Amino acid sequence: MNFDPSEEQRLLAASIERFVERDYAFETRRRIVASPDGYSQDVWRTMAELGLLGLPLPAAHGGFGGGAMDTVSLMQAIGGALIVEPWLATVALGAQFIARGQKDELRDELREALRDEQRQRILPAVAEGRLKLAFAHAEAAARYTLAQVATRARAGADGWVISGIKRAVLHGACADLLVVSARTDGGDSDVEGLSLFVVERNAPGVAITALRMLDGTRAADVAFDQVRVPAQALIGAAGRALPLIEEVVDFATALVCAEAVGAIESANEATLEYLKTRKQFGVAIGSFQALQHRMVDLAIEYEQAKSIALLACSAVDTEHNAAARSRTVSAAKARIADACRKVSQESIQLHGGMGMSDELKVSHTFRRLTAIVQQFGDADHHLARFAALS
Amino acid sequence: MDLDYSPDQRVFRDHVRGWLRDHLPGAMRDKVVRYAPLDRDDLLGWHRILADQGWIAPSWPREWGGTGWNVVQRYIFEEECGYAGAPPLIPFGLAMCAPVLLEFGSDAQKRRFLPRIYRGDDIWCQGYSEPGSGSDLASLRTSAVRRDDHYVVNGQKTWTTIAHLADWIFCLVRTDAALERKQNGISFLLIDMKTRGITVRPLPLMDGRREVNEVFFDDVEVPIENCVHDEGKGWTVAKYLLGHERMNTARIGTSKRELERLKAFAAAQSKSGAPLTEDPRFRDKLSRVEIELMALAITNLRFLDQLRGGRVPGAEVSMLKIKGTEIQQALAELMLEAGGPLAQVLGPVDPVSVGAPNDDFLAALAPRYCNMRKTTIYAGSNEIQRNIIARHALGL
Repeated sequence: MNFDPSEEQRLLAASIERFVERDYAFETRRRIVASPDGYSQDVWRTMAELGLLGLPLPAAHGGFGGGAMDTVSLMQAIGGALIVEPWLATVALGAQFIARGQKDELRDELREALRDEQRQRILPAVAEGRLKLAFAHAEAAARYTLAQVATRARAGADGWVISGIKRAVLHGACADLLVVSARTDGGDSDVEGLSLFVVERNAPGVAITALRMLDGTRAADVAFDQVRVPAQALIGAAGRALPLIEEVVDFATALVCAEAVGAIESANEATLEYLKTRKQFGVAIGSFQALQHRMVDLAIEYEQAKSIALLACSAVDTEHNAAARSRTVSAAKARIADACRKVSQESIQLHGGMGMSDELKVSHTFRRLTAIVQQFGDADHHLARFAALS
Repeated sequence: MDLDYSPDQRVFRDHVRGWLRDHLPGAMRDKVVRYAPLDRDDLLGWHRILADQGWIAPSWPREWGGTGWNVVQRYIFEEECGYAGAPPLIPFGLAMCAPVLLEFGSDAQKRRFLPRIYRGDDIWCQGYSEPGSGSDLASLRTSAVRRDDHYVVNGQKTWTTIAHLADWIFCLVRTDAALERKQNGISFLLIDMKTRGITVRPLPLMDGRREVNEVFFDDVEVPIENCVHDEGKGWTVAKYLLGHERMNTARIGTSKRELERLKAFAAAQSKSGAPLTEDPRFRDKLSRVEIELMALAITNLRFLDQLRGGRVPGAEVSMLKIKGTEIQQALAELMLEAGGPLAQVLGPVDPVSVGAPNDDFLAALAPRYCNMRKTTIYAGSNEIQRNIIARHALGL
């Protein structure tokens, strides 16, 4: 047992802290959210220069070969500062599909060569900040069920033809490349028959509608109308993508849990400061025992959230059994969702009217925590998944 | 013991319900049930329909337009309006300023203001909270200094709901700063919002809608005849208002309608190929809220029943406010949960873009969830309500 970060992780955390302090003050963030693109090219470039875009990508393709544990300080910073740049969509979702491929596929030399070409073409460009990715997967009827996909891809003359509608694709509007799930076989909710394709944003037949989300991030509805892609757009083997989708979404879910910990920490700091400084009836309101106990409960939520998030990050890095990995990730997400609800609601309540105001950062952290409750599945979804895997 | 309304009360309820069915405009109701923003015309439009019917101010004395209904009838009327999806009435004139004028106002003040409040000629707002005075209202610092035949008001109010639409504001101000006890030296002033020196600045809330404001007073001259009750008696007025006519704080009718809406909405959402309402986890949460509401509806009637014989309500009001707002928040949260991941979408970046279908109701759920967090904070936070119960009901 050793909960100390490694020397490398410590240095990384320190450099991220400097970056946030220098480049991501809350008023800067407000301007970025209100800007036409909803994210900052400058910040994105800085993240590339700091090596943050290659953090969990293979060293052979321009990355640093890190795992989820290596991203914890970054994710906490993203949650703490409410960073809206498309890091999760690009690095923790899109690029992971390219980097990982399917692990169970037959060794086929031609396909291996294609995969390597795909990785070499995309991953270094991601790490350098030249390519942004998004995972176009969710659909209107899917709710949180990953296998629910009605978008179809049929084999064409020299490739595939994709048709369907993806909803609220995280950072779908700014992505250069979309990793698209589509059914090459089977019915809309079958676990078999799913495939993944890399599609360029400006391919003929792709229509993107940029969306504003509750938490200040951007997303997009993406319609695919008879979109033709070449054979090498396929990621891995046709029809067997679901295990890879689950693996990558588990990875991103664990990371969002770590992000939540940073957001919870930020909300708690603001609330504690308010309790100590806001005076009513001639005293700081933090002197009232009724409020002290509530603040204490929030501090406990933070500790529990941090522990379960670390457990999930460790599981996606080291657990080879997919069911065991998913079980731990669902445990974390269910617990994190509860913590997000409690901390977000109490932080507003303890701030009183000020908590409702758009002016205070805590109301923005509230919105991000509210979004995290549902992102990649709410507490009910993950409780059911946890129980089913137990 | 009979837990239901008497035959007379049922007849009254059915009469109100039938009238609402015939007279509540569909377009107005639709905006309310779809959480669409209500504008001045919606709010005053409904006010005037009720005024024409003679039902706008049930609790006022008959000579000023009251209906003569007893406390149970007034409750039934309010709950039926909430259940039917009628726009909420702006309370600041009807339910706050008017009762104060009726109790403490001069004849001239009554004649001047009450008929206009009745007809909806003026929108009123409430100048209570200040940046440094929320729960501790008596510490307020906005000052009113007497000069000849008027006061000169300086200071700032905040969280002032609909100040941007208001014609008048009633304010608690400090007319004597020297007194030791801070509750003394406060006065209750009526101020025309068009007076020189008043600035209204929006205070954006996290749901993005314009609702509350900051109101600044810079040497604002207010005629002395606009002081209600004696100078320095403002705290008496404020306390009277707090205990007055607040048996509808639980909003049972509105919550019953929201519950039905939630059930229908959740039944239309699919989870793993079945309606969400068949999911045992979701169903249990839905049932718990419904059960709490069933209990609160009876609690509310029990408290009403205790008012027979003219007893003034006390800590009961606080209990109804706490449970009522908790239920309202739980319903809003379940609605957001039922909406699923797509409920996080606020709308297209480009408002005129044509893309995938944009469901306005789904898009309203997250802002509404955010907005409803205010209910446990406003009108005396639930913490303050608990203090009241602890002190006055439990003797702690």
